[in-house]
Amino acid sequence: MKNLLILFCLLITSTLTFGQIEKGQLHGSFQSDFQYYNEDSIIGATVPAEQIGLNSYANFNYMLGNFSAGIRYEGYLPTLNGYDSRYDGVGIPYKYISYKKDELEVVVGSFYEQFGNGLVLRAYEEKNLGYDNAFEGVKVKYNPINGIYLKGLISKQRSFWEFSDGIIRGIDGEVSINELFKKMDESKFVISIGGSFVSKFQDDNDHPFYNLPENVSASAGRLNLTAGKINFSTEYAYKINDPSSDNGYIYKPGEALIVNTSYSQKGLGVFLSAKRVDNMSYRLDRDATLANLNINYIPDITKAHAYSLAAMYPYATQLNGEFGFQCEVNYLFKKKSTLGGKYGTRLSINFSSVYSIDKEAVEVEDLDSLVIGQKGTDGYTSEFFKIGDELFYQDLNIEISKKVNKKIKGKIIYQNQIYNNSVIHGAGDWHGKIHAHIGIIDVTYKIKSRNTIRFEIQELYTKDQYGEWVSGLIEYNIPNWFFTVMDQYNYGNSDSEKKVHYPKVSIGYKKGTNRIQIGYGKQREGVMCIGGVCRNVPAANGLTLSITSSF
Amino acid sequence: MKNILIILVLIAHCSIIFSQGNELPSVDLKTIDGKIFNSKNISNDGKPIIISFWATWCKPCVKELNAIADEYEDWQEETGVKLIAVSVDDTRSMSRVKPFVNGKGWEYEILLDPNGDFKRAMNIVNVPHTFIIDGKGNIVWKHASYSDGDEEKLYELVKKVSKGESIE
Repeated sequence: MKNLLILFCLLITSTLTFGQIEKGQLHGSFQSDFQYYNEDSIIGATVPAEQIGLNSYANFNYMLGNFSAGIRYEGYLPTLNGYDSRYDGVGIPYKYISYKKDELEVVVGSFYEQFGNGLVLRAYEEKNLGYDNAFEGVKVKYNPINGIYLKGLISKQRSFWEFSDGIIRGIDGEVSINELFKKMDESKFVISIGGSFVSKFQDDNDHPFYNLPENVSASAGRLNLTAGKINFSTEYAYKINDPSSDNGYIYKPGEALIVNTSYSQKGLGVFLSAKRVDNMSYRLDRDATLANLNINYIPDITKAHAYSLAAMYPYATQLNGEFGFQCEVNYLFKKKSTLGGKYGTRLSINFSSVYSIDKEAVEVEDLDSLVIGQKGTDGYTSEFFKIGDELFYQDLNIEISKKVNKKIKGKIIYQNQIYNNSVIHGAGDWHGKIHAHIGIIDVTYKIKSRNTIRFEIQELYTKDQYGEWVSGLIEYNIPNWFFTVMDQYNYGNSDSEKKVHYPKVSIGYKKGTNRIQIGYGKQREGVMCIGGVCRNVPAANGLTLSITSSF
Repeated sequence: MKNILIILVLIAHCSIIFSQGNELPSVDLKTIDGKIFNSKNISNDGKPIIISFWATWCKPCVKELNAIADEYEDWQEETGVKLIAVSVDDTRSMSRVKPFVNGKGWEYEILLDPNGDFKRAMNIVNVPHTFIIDGKGNIVWKHASYSDGDEEKLYELVKKVSKGESIE
């Protein structure tokens, strides 16, 4: 760590001393989120001993020609409620140096990486979710000839303020047929194929009962094909036996398959997707839980919703087995057509459903009492193309957005959802399936240029769990400033004590890349999701201050 | 802690002595047809470029790109500007981007940044985040977030850049 910092300094000083002709560039960004907590026993908001929370991040990136280097300072003083408190502390957990010379690129230090869809390897960060599984080691990218892209890495992985004991090794290759063969350069057929091989090592510490595999490999192959308006892509991944706390220490190999197809032309887009996942959790520590030490990433097959009540029951991929489908249609009713009106009308329909996979108990001679998922065995057998009986999630979302005239534009959404709470949240939570209807109206009225007022009304109708919710929001925008007042009200809660309002006011100032926002009020307990990863946000009552900036 | 101070001082030094360059970093992205495309190759024959970072799940991003789409033909005719919409959708929604864009009728050039490499290299905290690149390939303006009507200001700046005027 220290050596790397010194090297970093030297590299920067050398550019000072020798004054190269190329201009160096220093850029960065800053994000800080502060909260002051009030006690509120009705909504379940708790106050940490420090009474406040503060998460801050500052990135500095320096570029000079083919050279670049950077660091990220992180401070959690203490960690905000809802993030993993193992982050408490301050330091520079992220620092890298990279160099690119012709076909070769080398990165040492911290880095992120993704092979294909990430089914066997993906390191990334999403600060708003407290997610960061950066690799720490050496990465090489090599592009021997046009159309062939190779990557290789050997590294440890970040775990809060430490690194994993285990190490990860991976190679990935991608071939772009169109670049490889000059004749194909302008072709309407675009084909690329790729493959990855990843292996993790973790000491078995001479486990007393189990013969634990110390080296666990996973491999994947992928294909991407575009023929004009049609696009087809697929990836299949296979992982050898990997007993872990996620799968209940079974020895069954894991596999995952994703198939995506789309057809689109100007004004129309159709998308179809299918996914099967079986026992595909893959971590650098077999006993790790939550968001810690994930090597791979299995994307959700459901739409990520942007409105708070639509996102109240968000699905999370079940790594131990799921079979999912998604279909989406986007259509533009053209300007001056009957349904399009003067400005055109945009329609979007999304449907997704996720089921369990087929699971049968393993048969072992002389033993007849094995249960599905029995620890220390192969766990179960599963027929690949057989969809399981249990529905995990279903979601139909219809959205119409339209500019009515020069002053008014708006959006109407209807959503129908079935959410299997027992499966997604486990046995300890509310038991059963939640059936919900959600309606949303979002209207923006332009008072004059860059002076607008926006209204948002949402209603969630259900008889299950917490019952009905209604939510309203008014937002006023003038250049550089915005003001919002919102309230969520759980009027349908069967427990009359919990029929609670969640009011919140915010004021924000933004200019260029600076943004400062202050808010006061209550926030309900729930799940916050960004780009497919979710985090539980605890109920809170108090003052929030957020600053973001970049330069 | 001492090390941090040394670095900060040195960094401050560098940026004072050398006038700051403002070029795009070199990062491998993907086109919506699945080809690898390096960010250094972003160009528009000496005319201005708008780079807008967005995602299919980001409400204000889609609102901004819808609002610009209504005016885009006029903008292109008057200034020759090109908008490059860089999607930071990860593999959950990356394959939805092409039908999504076509279904909205957007005429933009689309690039995919599924693991956020370009987003990080451009020092972006949240999307939407918008840049204007002048005819020489320099980043001359950047802006975070979107409010209704921001596209009017954006276009005023693009007009200035297309005439070679400074927008400091």
